[in-house]
Amino acid sequence: MRATAVINVRNRPSDVMPNFKYTPFRTYCPERCGYGSVWTASWECTRLSTPGKVETMPLAIAARDLRMDYGNFTAVDGIDLEVEQGEILAFLGSNGAGKTTTIEILEGFRKRTGGQVEVLGYDPEKAPLSWRERIGIVLQESEPIPELTAGEAVHMQAGYYESPRDPRETLELVGLIDSADHRTRKLSGGQKRRLDLALALVGDPDLVFLDEPTTGFDPSARRESWGMIEALRDLGKTVLLTTHYMDEAEQLADRIVVIGAGKIVARGTADELATKVDATTRISWRPNPSDAQPPAALGVRVEPATGIARIDTTDSLVTLHQLTNWATEMSVPLPELNVARPTLEDVFLQLTEGGGA
Amino acid sequence: MSNITRIIRQLKFDLLIFRRNPAASFFTVILPLIFLVIFTSIFGNETLENGAQVATVYVPGILTLAIASATLVNPAITMTTRRERGMLKRVRSTPIPPWVFVLSQALAGFVIAAVMTVIITLIGRVLYGVELQFVTLPNLIISLLVGAMAFSALGLALTTIIPSEDAAPAVTNAIMLPLYFISGVFVPAESTPSWVDTVGNIFPVAHLNQALQESYNPFADGAAWPWDHWLVIAAWGVVGLIVTLKTFRWTPNR
Repeated sequence: MRATAVINVRNRPSDVMPNFKYTPFRTYCPERCGYGSVWTASWECTRLSTPGKVETMPLAIAARDLRMDYGNFTAVDGIDLEVEQGEILAFLGSNGAGKTTTIEILEGFRKRTGGQVEVLGYDPEKAPLSWRERIGIVLQESEPIPELTAGEAVHMQAGYYESPRDPRETLELVGLIDSADHRTRKLSGGQKRRLDLALALVGDPDLVFLDEPTTGFDPSARRESWGMIEALRDLGKTVLLTTHYMDEAEQLADRIVVIGAGKIVARGTADELATKVDATTRISWRPNPSDAQPPAALGVRVEPATGIARIDTTDSLVTLHQLTNWATEMSVPLPELNVARPTLEDVFLQLTEGGGA
Repeated sequence: MSNITRIIRQLKFDLLIFRRNPAASFFTVILPLIFLVIFTSIFGNETLENGAQVATVYVPGILTLAIASATLVNPAITMTTRRERGMLKRVRSTPIPPWVFVLSQALAGFVIAAVMTVIITLIGRVLYGVELQFVTLPNLIISLLVGAMAFSALGLALTTIIPSEDAAPAVTNAIMLPLYFISGVFVPAESTPSWVDTVGNIFPVAHLNQALQESYNPFADGAAWPWDHWLVIAAWGVVGLIVTLKTFRWTPNR
């Protein structure tokens, strides 16, 4: 039995009582943990500190040891993931890190090869169609039907759900109401993405998947999208978003999970990740090929692409001292010597590269 | 919302989308009518040996083309395009039952085919004096139904071998155009070598054409149920349905 993470009260739709309209969840768990315990996922339950008072909610997304193998290639290599209700979680990784594969498994579009997954209480592979009433998906590459107007497209999509939001209100929400009568083919790229979001929201889902919502956007369009994603928080939606932009994750997410080569390499809030950054300093220079090799104890890495040598260290003073001592002794010039604290971006790269090593 | 309501809703949208798509409307509605006028002009609206007019051969021939276009060619191209543009994946991300969505598409094709049947029959009657006898009307309706259902299934099955949006019109036409020629749609079967007939008769287009020919036969003195043709068409439909159920993809090929 594992402790459940603390609920993020700020983002919860209802601060008083978790909402238990979700019948598939067995709130009390007499068979395994005894009365006064609740499920967070089917394989996990939490003992309540005050019996009878429910202070935890089932997880919106729970994955344990999730794997996806394609023959010899492992796209997702045993990841654990927990997303609480009302939380915005960023799934951060470079291209090919396994983000889209993971999100497609969670969305029920791909069959995993191993591990346990529960999304809103159901295994996505076995979930009934009604499960999709509660899920909204903004697909990475999906175009609207060009012959319809934006309003008609949202209207058509609304017809797929039992209790949809009002289509016009949904268009207003994403700021597309003025273009409701325009054919979707005439919409600009940014407007098309707003329409994507409207289509994902019109079913009034509890959980929204956003797969790289701003890839290929110019900076102003990105800012605009961020505003819309923040609006989801106000609606109390749970959001899982994938991105390869560190700043996007930092801006939007309550928590960030960094994935590299199919493994989770770091997780935490943006601040927690930043603390890890503070601990390391990067010393770099451009070595001449003819120079003597620095001692192995310094832990020098040479970036093959740029030829820059670098040392990441937690004790910059000592390391620098050792490096310059050695360089003076051997008469190595250390051109372009630079001492810098890495940015979040650097740490992200470091983490994701490290995952592949 | 019941599934019937959903089907009707989706059907309305599909017909709206069809009306607003110039390419689909042209190839399905206008082109068969142009062909009807051209062929009857070229070959003259002569009276055949049996006393019927040449147009009595072309009206059902062009109707075959129109039904195939509305229920097979256009849906195959549309569904491939929607698959490759992620539109089908989006549909699958909603709680609408897949069969409801697919059936609405097939019904849209059927409605268009039915409208074309009325238009072509009227043009044949008014311009070329091709009469549809009351006694063969049930035959026409059943042929239309069987043909539309089978061709819809075959159109969906076809999407699974079309790799991309660009390839959709090319692949579909590469299959269908030769079939029209060897199935008596453009050239009456009487004027083609017998081996062409034999090959043509393997495929459902020839059988729909022949079933429809009997519907417009001015000398029919009974219902003349073309059971053999319906059976072949239906068998192809079943094959199409099985292939569709086994291989249909909702996600892009990239």
